[in-house]
Amino acid sequence: MSDDGELDLNSLNDEELVQQVHDDLYDGLKEEVEAAVHILLGRGWAPYKVLTEALVEGMRIVGVDFRDGILFVPEVLLAANSMKAGMFILRPLLIATGAPRQGKMVIGTVKGDIHDIGKNLVGMMMEGAGFEVIDLGINNPVEKYLGAIEEHKPDILGMSALLTTTMPYMKVVIDTMKEKGMRDDYIVLVGGAPLNEEFAKAVGADAYCRDAAVAVETAKSFMARKHNQMASN
Amino acid sequence: MTLVNLTPSDEFEFKPGQGDVLLLACGALAREIVDLIERNRWTAFDLQCLPAKWHNTPDKIVPAIREKIREAKGRYKSIFVLYGDCGTGGELDRLLAEEGIERIDGPHCYAFFSGNAEFERHADDDVTSFFLTDYLAKHFDKLIWAGLGLDRHPELLPLYFGNYTKIVFLAQTRDEDLAKKAMAAAARLGLAYEYRFTGYGEVLARLQNHAG
Repeated sequence: MSDDGELDLNSLNDEELVQQVHDDLYDGLKEEVEAAVHILLGRGWAPYKVLTEALVEGMRIVGVDFRDGILFVPEVLLAANSMKAGMFILRPLLIATGAPRQGKMVIGTVKGDIHDIGKNLVGMMMEGAGFEVIDLGINNPVEKYLGAIEEHKPDILGMSALLTTTMPYMKVVIDTMKEKGMRDDYIVLVGGAPLNEEFAKAVGADAYCRDAAVAVETAKSFMARKHNQMASN
Repeated sequence: MTLVNLTPSDEFEFKPGQGDVLLLACGALAREIVDLIERNRWTAFDLQCLPAKWHNTPDKIVPAIREKIREAKGRYKSIFVLYGDCGTGGELDRLLAEEGIERIDGPHCYAFFSGNAEFERHADDDVTSFFLTDYLAKHFDKLIWAGLGLDRHPELLPLYFGNYTKIVFLAQTRDEDLAKKAMAAAARLGLAYEYRFTGYGEVLARLQNHAG
């Protein structure tokens, strides 16, 4: 404890500090998370280790409690904001130190839909898991998805929708990919509150991801399969 | 009882538990439905509503409607559901198809109050519109401001509303106080404001069909 009764993060050992980052992420304490990231880096931790052990693991816990109905959207947003602040410090260092890359993802909310909270969470967690993420933002017509695929040549296309009225647009994008003979070249993941597995199957996606943590696990699993297939060819 | 200043709805009071057609509705529509029943002196209807706050948690809607239907089947001549899809991703329609029950057409109340065709006509211009109805304007503070946690964390405002440009108040009644509330909500969210009077839209016609 410092003189004013506040917890002095510098006084914690590494294990305690990482635990404290998890708690501070959970409580949405952005400044504390930023401070802890700086301290861990100052102690010689690799940026990738800070990212995975402190931030990503902390957000994983937040995600589990959200899924279980213990945390609600405002708390998740505050936690995500704190993680974002930590990522902001780490991002240039991760690039400079050549952290391991899992793959590349283009992600965007579909045409007619401007909801991006879930999509942003997925993008952040994917980045935290080592994916390069190209975020197309909101209200994306099929041409924008195809243009980004051509430009960035991702492994994964992610589409998000919050509205029942906009989610069918995912099929428009996937059908256009089929028409152009490029559907099977990409892993297509879809997500959003009104979606489910049945819908994902019906529109021709590879998988439905019900939250950011599932999106990361699903993406990793598809990437592993892709690598195995390439190795066996 | 005096007949001075009598309004049509004073002459007929809706009493729950008496009709043989059950209306299962979102609580956000309760006032409008009762008003229509009383204005039209419909005796056919009983009304049960589910919490309007589930607007923010649509996953709760379908299980609750299933339970209500199972309780009600056999006790009523028919059941009519006044819900849009309301973010259930087609789950509500799947349930109603299984149960052989009809609902009002439309993805949400904004559409069936506006008229589904009219709402669709505005769709491209309304991509960045956040809609309020009479109910939502009246309960904005509790349902939206506090419901989204903005009372505790106003710093989240840009995350929730950063992509919106305007509030469109779809008014069911010509009520100046509600319009002022809707306008104040727009100002609070930092959005432009537009007023559209819809009346009860398609709710009236659909209830007429079931009124016997």
